[in-house]
Formats: sequence, C-alpha cells, structure tokens
Amino acid sequence: MNFDYTEEQLMIKQAARDFARKLEADVIERDRTATYPTAHVKEMAELGFLGMMIDPKYGGGGMDSLSYTLAIEEISKIDSSVAVIMSVHNSLVSYGLEKYGTEEQRQKYLPRMATGEHIGAFLLSEPEAGSDATSQKTLAEDKGDHYVLNGTKNWITSADHSSVYIVIAQTHPEKKHHGINALIVDRHSPGITLGAHEDKMGMRSSDTHSVMFTDVKVPKENRLGEDGFGFAFAMKALEAGRIGIAAQATGIAAGAYERALQYSRERKAFGRLISEHQAIAFKLAEMYLKIENARNLVHKAAWLKDTNKPYSLAGSMAKLYAADIAMEVTTEAVQIHGGYGYVKEYHVERLMREAKLTQIYEGTSEIQKIVISRSLLKHK
Amino acid sequence: MKILVCISNVPDTTTRIKLSGDQNAIDLSSVQWIINPWDELALTRALELKEASGGSISSVSIIHVGNAGSDATLRKALAIGADDAIRVDAAPTDAYAVAHEIAEAIKDKNYDMILCGIESSDYNGSAMGGMLAEFLNMESVSSVSKLEIEGDELKLNREIAGGFEVVSATAPVVVIVQKGIALEPRIPSMRGIMMARKKPLEVVAATGAEALTEFVHYTPPQPKAACKMIDADNPAELVNLLHNEAKII
Ligand SMILES: Cc1cc2nc3c(=O)[nH]c(=O)nc-3n(C[C@H](O)[C@H](O)[C@H](O)COP(=O)(O)OP(=O)(O)OC[C@H]3O[C@@H](n4cnc5c(N)ncnc54)[C@H](O)[C@@H]3O)c2cc1C
Ligand SMILES: Cc1cc2nc3c(=O)[nH]c(=O)nc-3n(C[C@H](O)[C@H](O)[C@H](O)COP(=O)(O)OP(=O)(O)OC[C@H]3O[C@@H](n4cnc5c(N)ncnc54)[C@H](O)[C@@H]3O)c2cc1C
Repeated sequence: MNFDYTEEQLMIKQAARDFARKLEADVIERDRTATYPTAHVKEMAELGFLGMMIDPKYGGGGMDSLSYTLAIEEISKIDSSVAVIMSVHNSLVSYGLEKYGTEEQRQKYLPRMATGEHIGAFLLSEPEAGSDATSQKTLAEDKGDHYVLNGTKNWITSADHSSVYIVIAQTHPEKKHHGINALIVDRHSPGITLGAHEDKMGMRSSDTHSVMFTDVKVPKENRLGEDGFGFAFAMKALEAGRIGIAAQATGIAAGAYERALQYSRERKAFGRLISEHQAIAFKLAEMYLKIENARNLVHKAAWLKDTNKPYSLAGSMAKLYAADIAMEVTTEAVQIHGGYGYVKEYHVERLMREAKLTQIYEGTSEIQKIVISRSLLKHK
Repeated sequence: MKILVCISNVPDTTTRIKLSGDQNAIDLSSVQWIINPWDELALTRALELKEASGGSISSVSIIHVGNAGSDATLRKALAIGADDAIRVDAAPTDAYAVAHEIAEAIKDKNYDMILCGIESSDYNGSAMGGMLAEFLNMESVSSVSKLEIEGDELKLNREIAGGFEVVSATAPVVVIVQKGIALEPRIPSMRGIMMARKKPLEVVAATGAEALTEFVHYTPPQPKAACKMIDADNPAELVNLLHNEAKII
C-alpha cells in the first residue's frame, strides 16, 4: 500500500493546474454565452492532455489512469466544460478504440486522436433510450460490405466540434442487446445533421446536440469488435469513463471547497471572520472529509484499472459518491458565500450547476446503485 | 552553440513563510518547491531560441547546486524541454559558494551562453550571476529583458531607469535575465513529462566551496491589516475611526 504520488504524477497534476488557471479568465463569460472553448481545447491538445493515456507507439503519453484522474480533477476545479470534452475524448472514445479496435483501426485513428487533431464523441443515448441503453432505436442495417445508419441520438457531447463518432446502433433487433453494434463514423459523412445546441443548466461551454442519421453509409471495417459486440463495448467504455466523471465530480467539489475556504478567511460577520464561527468551520470540515473520501474512491478505482484488476464496482461507487458529494459540497460552498454565492462573479453557483450533471450522465446515480447492488447480490 | 541555464529551487511564491523558533532560519517543513520564476523564464527563452535556431543551438542544459530534494524541480525543467541536467551535490549556502561550485563543475564544458535569473525569489541575493561570470572570466550583462541572436551576435535589451538600452555581445557570455525575457513560462507537455524520465540528470560531487556570508536574524513583515470600506458620504465615520480605532489623529 502506498499513498504517495510519483514525481511524474505530481508534475502532471501541476501541469493541469497551471493549464486550468488559464481557463479562469473567460470561464464565466463562456458559461454565460455558451461558447465552445476553441483556443483552450487547442492548448489542451498541444500539452498532450487529449492523448495522455494513449500508448506512445500511437503518439500518446502512455500515462496511467491515476494520472488522468489527477488532471481531470485539477481542470474540473475551474472549468468542467473543458474537462468533459477531455473526458469523453479520452476515456470513452480513445480508450474504446485502443482497447477494442483492430490494429488497422488504431493506426488509422489513434495518432490523430493523441494530438487532438481528431476530437471524439460517443453516441449512445437516444430520445427514448437513456438509462435503458438496451432499447436502441437507431438502426445499422447490414448491407454486405457496409452498414446504413438511420435514427437519432440525443445529448451528444462535442457533437459539433468532434470529427470521430463512435455510434451505438441496432443491427439485429430480434437479438435485442446482443444485436447491437458500435461503429466508427466520420462526423462529416453525408446524411448526418445536428439539432440545435442544447441550452443547458451547466457545463454550458461544452457543445451538446442531438444527431440525426439519414441513410448514412458506414464501411464494415469501421465496426468495433465482432458482430453484436456493440452493447458490451458501450458498457465497457462507460465503466472506464465513470472513473473520469468521478474525478470530475471530485474536482468540482474541491474547487468549490477551495473558494469557500478562502472566502471564509476574508469575510467578517459579527466582528469575526466567518471561519471563526463554528457553524462555518464545521461545514468546511465536512466538505473536506467528503472530498477526501471521494478522491480515495477515485484513486482506488483508477489503481484497480491500472493494475488490470476488475474495477466496475469501484468505478460505480466512486462515480455515485463523488457526484452526490459534489452536489452537497457545492451547495454548502454557495451557503458559505451568502448572497455573494448566488451571483456569477464568485464561481460557486456555476460549480453547483456543473455538479448536478455528474449525477446524471454516464449512468445516473440511480443506475450506479443498480450496478453496485447487483454486483453485491450476485455473490452468495 | 551550447546554452546553460542556472536553476534555483525556491518555495512556491504563495507559501506562507514561517520562521524557526530562534528566528535565524526559515521553517521549510511544509514548503512546495518550484523553479525560481526568473529561471523558468530564462529556460523558456533558451528553448525558444533553440527551436528557432535551425540546429545551430545544439543543446540547452541546466545546472543546480543543491541536495537530492531538488531533483523533482530539475525533472520539471527537463520536462519543460531542457536536454540534460547537472546537480552539484551540496546545500547552497550563499551566492559565492554557489557560483564557485557551478564554475568548477562546468569549467571544461565550453558553454557559449549561460543564463541566470536576476534574483532568486527566496533570498533575493542578486549576486550569483555576476560572481559566476568573474569565476569563469566571462563577460556578463545584467537586467536583460530581451534576448535575440543575430548571426554571431547577441542583441540584448537592458532595463534602465525610464527605458532600456540595447547592448550587443558575443559568446561566451553570462546573461542575467529579468521579467520580459519570455512571455510566460511553459507548462510541460505530457510527452515532455514522459521524456524527462529518460533524460540525463548527472549528480557531481561538490568541491566544498565556502560561504562568505551568514544569516544572523530574520524579521517577518507586519501582517497586513484588513481594509475597511467607508461610505463616501460618511466623513464623520472616517474621522471617528481614525481618532478612536486607529488612534492616529
Ligand atoms: C449535458 C449532457 C451531456 C451528455 N453527453 C452524452 C454523450 O456524450 N453521449 C451519450 O450517449 N449520452 C450523453 N448524455 C446522456 C446521459 O447519459 C443520459 O441523459 C443519462 O444516461 C440518463 O438518461 P435519460 O436522460 O434518458 O434519463 P432516463 O433514463 O429517462 O431517467 C430518468 C430518471 O429515471 C431514473 N431511472 C431510470 N431507470 C431507472 C431504474 N431502472 N431504476 C431507478 N431509476 C431509474 C433515472 O435515474 C432518472 O432519475 C448526456 C446528457 C447530458 C444532460
Ligand atoms: C544560511 C543559509 C542557508 C540557506 N539554505 C538554503 C537551503 O536550504 N536551500 C536553498 O535552496 N537555499 C538556501 N539558501 C539560499 C541560497 O544560498 C541561495 O538561494 C543561493 O545561494 C543563491 O543566492 P542568492 O539568493 O544570492 O541568489 P541570486 O543571486 O538572487 O540568484 C540569481 C540567480 O542565480 C542562480 N542560482 C541561484 N541559486 C542557485 C543554485 N542553488 N543553483 C544554481 N543556480 C542558482 C539562478 O539562476 C538565480 O536566478 C541559504 C542561504 C543561507 C545564507
């Protein structure tokens, strides 16, 4: 057992922190205007955050999941819109391609995903298939040497600013979820249209759209895995992705806590700093403890993944706990700020809005409880 | 051309400094160490020059006098892009000793340009670079805020009162740099961090150069008092506070 970060992990954490400081300058404005962080994503790519876990032989950084969670946490302390773009690209799309793609598929996509020239999007959710991802209505008809895609995907992060889609679609409806496939689709293929940019509560600087497919031709060689592997693929990718979202939620909580701590040392009420009122000091103690617990769950899940042990249960626990405490901690951070917490200038109201999403995407908190309880009950 | 950048390892600039009980040393127990900000800018400029040189600058090396606790800082400098590092294994006791150790460690290495920061952000001695140039019998230019290479000539801007002067120099030379030398320090890339592990960090024995100075006593500055805002239409309140609280009128 060892709780020390390596010299390298500390350097990655610091690099992410330094990068995140630059996000702060326009984070409020981008949130207000729902503007995509184009320049920041470019810098994130140059710094290698978009390929940090990809094998160096495809041009990536070859770093472990623990390093990745450290980077996501630091960035999420300031700006979760940027963190979610990074998270979907890394832990759903790049990870999925590297782990389950053929050598040809890896060679074709990973080098440009590692440099950020290609940004990835993951298209699973549908208007009527969110938590219940088995009931996919999007069809991928088998036409011999290619598939033809028809249907609608909903809530797709980076739908407009990405170039590589991984689309989950049904090929053999009679086989239910065993008939589902995962296809690599060029975002600019004829027949793809986007719905309007969703007007979201938080993470407003990331782009989220519905995506319509009308007779979109996809070559057979773009299928990931065997025929019918798509649902299992999506679940595997989400298992990995959840560690990243758990790290994001931890970062949101930690960012709100850091601001609340600082504020409590500056603001006076009744002749004392508010941190000297025990009611506020105790809030800080509880916030810190929750964050530390969440971080430990995240690190354990990442460590299990890095040491090739089963991590599905640990990842779900980390995601559930971190998302729930992110909501609690950000709410308390607003409370500690009083009226100032309710206006945009102090950031904590935005962090609170961002926290809410971590309880919803990549498996809602309710779905995590299903995963956790099933995992407990399947053993006698 | 070979460039050497001298790196000082200093407490993070946001550190709350605490003194030891007898006030003649600083309590370093919970300090986060960073590359001295001027040195980080010097390194950034050296790397920019190397990248733009089309191969005529063959390497950017770093040197540090300090113990093994500084290695993380040196690895970061390697991750930012330095090619190799030398650490002279001795506690840095004063600028004279540091300059002496560096001069001894590099005397046969033929660096063409040596960059130092104008001061270390911890002890603010502003002495090392000039001393090093003397030990090496090299020219030195201080307070440099801009550094360009034109053929065999260096063009340097020196900050002076009310403006700057442009100086030209030729290698070998010690250039002592300050703010402006590079726009902002580089953040190490993931690839840089990965490569840093494989770059050479040579530890050389110290010659045991003696310090000429000794710190006798430190005094921390008065803590900053909180700022009180008084409404512009309420001069009576201001007078009252100055009289009864601040007791200065
Ligand atoms: C901003 C944003 C970005 C997103 N990005 C992506 C993306 O990039 N790619 C992608 O594929 N998807 C994405 N999603 C979709 C997201 O994953 C889904 O919204 C989520 O899985 C929930 O699905 P749903 O919205 O259909 O809710 P529903 O599944 O309809 O759930 C509604 C409520 O019912 C609960 N519930 C459902 N089933 C059960 C059950 N069996 N037991 C108990 N409670 C249950 C849920 O927990 C929830 O509280 C994104 C969503 C948002 C909001
Ligand atoms: C009693 C005493 C104890 C000290 N203990 C420590 C200690 O434990 N740890 C510690 O780090 N410092 C310690 N110092 C401070 C240390 O001596 C100075 O940081 C260093 O010697 C340079 O002195 P300066 O402040 O005059 O540097 P300056 O002249 O202000 O530095 C200018 C430039 O010189 C270069 N430079 C400075 N120091 C070094 C170095 N060590 N290696 C390579 N290049 C350098 C850098 O480029 C820097 O920008 C101690 C000093 C004293 C007197």
